[in-house]
Amino acid sequence: MTATRTAYKWVGTRPVRHDGLDKVTGRARFGADFATAGMLHGAVLRSPHAHARIRSIDVSEALAVSGVKAIITGADLPELDDNQVEGGEGNATYRDLSRNILARDKVLYEGHAVAAVAATTLRVAEQAAQLIRVEYQVLAPVLTIEEAMADDAPLLHDDLFTSGLDSPPKEPSNIAARHVTSRGDPDAAWEEADLVVEREYFTKAVHQGYIEPHAVVAQIGEDGKGTVWGSSQGHFVIRTLTANVLGWDPGDMKFIPAEIGGGFGGKTTIYLEPLAALLSRRTGRPVKMVMTRHEVFRATGPTSGTWMKVKMGARKDGKLVAAQAWMAYEAGAFPGSPVGLGVMGIFACYDIPNVYLEGYDVVVNKPKVAAYRAPGAPMVGFAAESVIDELAEQLRIDPVEIRLRNAVAEGVRAVYGPKYRKIGLVETLETARDHPHYSAPLGPWQGRGVASGWWMNYGGETSATVNINSDGTAVVMSGCPDIGGSRASLAQMAAEELGIDVHRIEPVVADTHSIGYNDLTGGSRVTFAVGMAVVSAARELIEDMCSRAARMWDVPPEEVEWVEGRAQSVSGAFPPLTLEELAAGSARTGGPLSATNTVNPRGVGVAFSTQICDVEVDPETGRVTILRYTVAQDAGRAIHPDYVEGQMQGGVVQGIGWALNEEYIFDGDGVMENPGFLDYRMPVASDLPMIDTVIVEVPNPEHPYGVRGVGEVGIVPPLGAVANAVYAATGKRIQELPMSPVKVLEALSSG
Amino acid sequence: MSRTYVTCVVNGDPVDFLCHDYQTLLSALRDELGLTGTKEGCGTGDCGACSVILDGQLVCSCLVFAPEAEGRSIETIEGMAEGQHLHPLQESFLEGAAFQCGVCTPGFLIAAKALLDHNPTPTETEVRYGVAGNLCRCTGYDKIVRSVLDAAVRMREQDTRKETA
Ligand code: FES
Ligand code: FES
Repeated sequence: MTATRTAYKWVGTRPVRHDGLDKVTGRARFGADFATAGMLHGAVLRSPHAHARIRSIDVSEALAVSGVKAIITGADLPELDDNQVEGGEGNATYRDLSRNILARDKVLYEGHAVAAVAATTLRVAEQAAQLIRVEYQVLAPVLTIEEAMADDAPLLHDDLFTSGLDSPPKEPSNIAARHVTSRGDPDAAWEEADLVVEREYFTKAVHQGYIEPHAVVAQIGEDGKGTVWGSSQGHFVIRTLTANVLGWDPGDMKFIPAEIGGGFGGKTTIYLEPLAALLSRRTGRPVKMVMTRHEVFRATGPTSGTWMKVKMGARKDGKLVAAQAWMAYEAGAFPGSPVGLGVMGIFACYDIPNVYLEGYDVVVNKPKVAAYRAPGAPMVGFAAESVIDELAEQLRIDPVEIRLRNAVAEGVRAVYGPKYRKIGLVETLETARDHPHYSAPLGPWQGRGVASGWWMNYGGETSATVNINSDGTAVVMSGCPDIGGSRASLAQMAAEELGIDVHRIEPVVADTHSIGYNDLTGGSRVTFAVGMAVVSAARELIEDMCSRAARMWDVPPEEVEWVEGRAQSVSGAFPPLTLEELAAGSARTGGPLSATNTVNPRGVGVAFSTQICDVEVDPETGRVTILRYTVAQDAGRAIHPDYVEGQMQGGVVQGIGWALNEEYIFDGDGVMENPGFLDYRMPVASDLPMIDTVIVEVPNPEHPYGVRGVGEVGIVPPLGAVANAVYAATGKRIQELPMSPVKVLEALSSG
Repeated sequence: MSRTYVTCVVNGDPVDFLCHDYQTLLSALRDELGLTGTKEGCGTGDCGACSVILDGQLVCSCLVFAPEAEGRSIETIEGMAEGQHLHPLQESFLEGAAFQCGVCTPGFLIAAKALLDHNPTPTETEVRYGVAGNLCRCTGYDKIVRSVLDAAVRMREQDTRKETA
C-alpha cells in the first residue's frame, strides 16, 4: 500500500547528482573518449557543392594509399523504400535518411557525405578521402523558401510531389507538404475585430550548438554481430535507425551509451553510426569516427529557417476573435521540417474562436534539418507574440493582461484538437505580472518585452528496472541517456517511494542488451515517462516486500504497510522490517528483490512558460544587451529544482542567441560561410545577466508526482520577448531574426 | 614519418610521449597520454573545452602544438583534485548544479581556476569575462557564474582557516 503524500522527503530537494563526481573530475566518458585496441579511424568526404549531380566516383587512388583499409560510397548502402522513420524526433523516410548518410545520384547541400574511408590513422583517412575523385555536374542551388517555391525553381528531387493539396499535383516541386488546420470562420470574423494586425516574419536556420561533436566507435564481428559505443539522445532509436539503413537486424548490435555532451534534439538521428558500422564490418576492425566542428555545422541538423505571415484580430477589450497564419519552413535537403508543430503551436496559448492555419514544408539546398528543442515552436512564437504585443499596444492594454484575457485553461479546446486538461499558462502569466521585475524602472534606450510559449510534451515507450542489493542499496536502471540531471531525478523518485536515502540509490543508464526498449531522451519526456516507470517499479517492489513481511508474520498482506523504508504491521504487533533486513533475507523469502515496469503514456499534458526580458540598445552600434531576464514556467512538480531551473535558463539563452546573433550564412553558391564558433556566434557568459527563474507548479494529473516535461518550452518565448523588448527600447519592430547590430542600426535609421 | 620525443610535467608528474609535429597538445593529452578529461569542442580555439593551464597560463590546448610542451608544466582537469580532496571549484560546481551534460565542465573548471589563481576576489562581471572563452550550451551560464563566485568565497575561507591554524 502506498499512501498519496503531499509532503516529500526527496522530491523537490537538490541532492548532488550521482554522475556529478565523474563530470567534475574528467572521468566521465563522452562519445569521443572511447578507444579500443586495433582501432581504425574513419573520415568522410563531403560535397563542396550545394547542388550537383554525381557523374562518377573513383576511389582507386585513395584505396591504394598505405594504411587505407576500406572505402564506402552510397552504392554500398541498400536502396530503401519510403517508410517513415519511427521513433526519431525529426521527420524523414528511410529512403531519404539513407541518402543523407551517403549521397547517391545527387548531392543536395555543401557538406553532404559522399564517401567514407577507414584507415590506420585519422590523418591517413583524411588524406585518402581527398584522393577520391568525384566528378560533379554542378546545378543551380535553391537557397531560400521564396526561390524554392517559385514556379520555375530548380528541383531538388524530381520525384517529390506536394502532399496535402486539395487536388493531387501533376508536377513535382520543392514543396513537400502542405498542412492546413482551421476552426470557426475567420473570414467572417475579421468583421467583429476592432483592430487587425497583419505582419510578415523571417527567421534563419540555427544550429543546436551542442559542444560535443558527434562521435562513435563500432566493432562488428565476423558473424555480423557487434557493439557500438557512442553518444546519442537514445541508443535504442539510434540502433534501430542504423540497422535499418544497413539492412541489418537491430538485435545484432549492442549499443552502449556514452555520456552525451548536449543534444537539444540534434542527436536524435544518425550520421556516422552506419558508416562506422559498415566500415567495421568490411575491415573486421573497430572503427572510430568523430566529426569536426566544421562537419557538425555543415552536415548535421540545424533547425528550419522560416517565412511566416500572421494576421490577428481583437476587440477593444483585447479579446482575440480571429487569427490566421501562413508559414513555410525550410526542411533542408530532404522533406521533414517541423512545420506541422509550428501549425499546432502558433496560437496554442490562446483561446481564439476562428483560426485558419496553413504550413508548408519546403526543401532547399541546405543540411537536412533535425529536431531542435521544441521543434518548430520558437519561430511561430516570435511571430505570434510580436503581433499580440502590437495589438496590446494599440489597444492600450498591458501586454500580460491581453494574454491573460485570452489564455487557454483547463477545458478549452486547443487549436490542434484536444481539450486542455490541467495546465498552468494563467499561473505563469500571473507570476510574471506580480514579479518585481515587471514593474522595475527602465532607463533611456532600455525596453521591456514579454512573451508566452507553449510546448506539447511527449510520453513514449519506456522501461525501467529497480534492483535492491543485498545491503539494502538500490540500482535504478533506465535506457535514456542523461543529458541534464535525469539520473538524479529518477533516483529521487525511487528514494521517495522506497523511503531510503537518495545516495543509497545508484541510477544507471543501461545499454540496449541490459534493459527493455526506451524511446529517445527528447520531447521533455525522461523525468515524466521514465519517472512513471521507476515509480511503478518501486511500488511493485514495495508490494512484494510487504507481502514477504506478511508471510513472515503470517498476517494478510493488507495488514502490512510501507512507511519510511520499512514494512510495518498495521496493528503494531511485530517490530518493523527495514529494507536492509528484507534485502539481506531475500534468499529465504522468495529470491532477489527486483521489479521492472514498462509504460507508454499518452495524454502527457502540455507545458507553458512566460518570460520577461529587459534590453538596452546602443544607438551607435546597434548592439542589444540583455539587462535582466525572468522566466516563469510551469514544471508541474520540480523533482530536482536545480536542474529544472537549469533547463529553463539553458533554453532561454539558446533563444536569446537565436533572437540576437545566431544564423547560418551562405554565399551565393550555397556554401556555408560561418561553420565555426567564431562566426556562428552563440552567447557567452559575458553577453548575459543571471537568468532569474520562478518554477510554477500546477501539478500534472497524468503523473504520480505531478511532473511536466521542462526541457523544451523555455526556448519558445525568448524570440518574441527579446523582439518586443527591442521595440520597447527603440520604437522599431524588427520582423527578421537575428536582430544583429546591423539590422538594429538599419531599423533605427529607417523612418 | 618520424615522431618527436617530448618530456614535460603533467599534473605534477614527469611524463614523456612521442608525437607528430602536426599533433596538438590536446591530441597528445587525449590520444598519447589517455587523459580524456580535456575535451575537443571545436579544434579552433573558440569553445574552451580543451582548456589547460600551461606554465600558469590558461591556453586552449587545441591551439598548442604537442612538441611545444617540451620542458613545460601542464595542469589538466585530472590533476585538479588533490588526492581525495576536490578543489573548491569542483565542490561548488557539484553543489551548485553548474553543469547539465558536463562536457564543457572540465574546460570551465580549468578556466575558472586560472581566473581565481590570478584574482581571488572577482566580481560577477570579472567571472563572466574570465570564462567568456568557454562555451556552454546547456546552462545559460547562470549556475556556472554563481558557482565560481561561491568557490572564490570557499577558497578565501580555506585560506583564512589555514592562516589561523
Ligand atoms: S577545442 Fe580548443 S577551443 Fe574548442
Ligand atoms: S553543461 Fe553541457 S555544454 Fe555546458
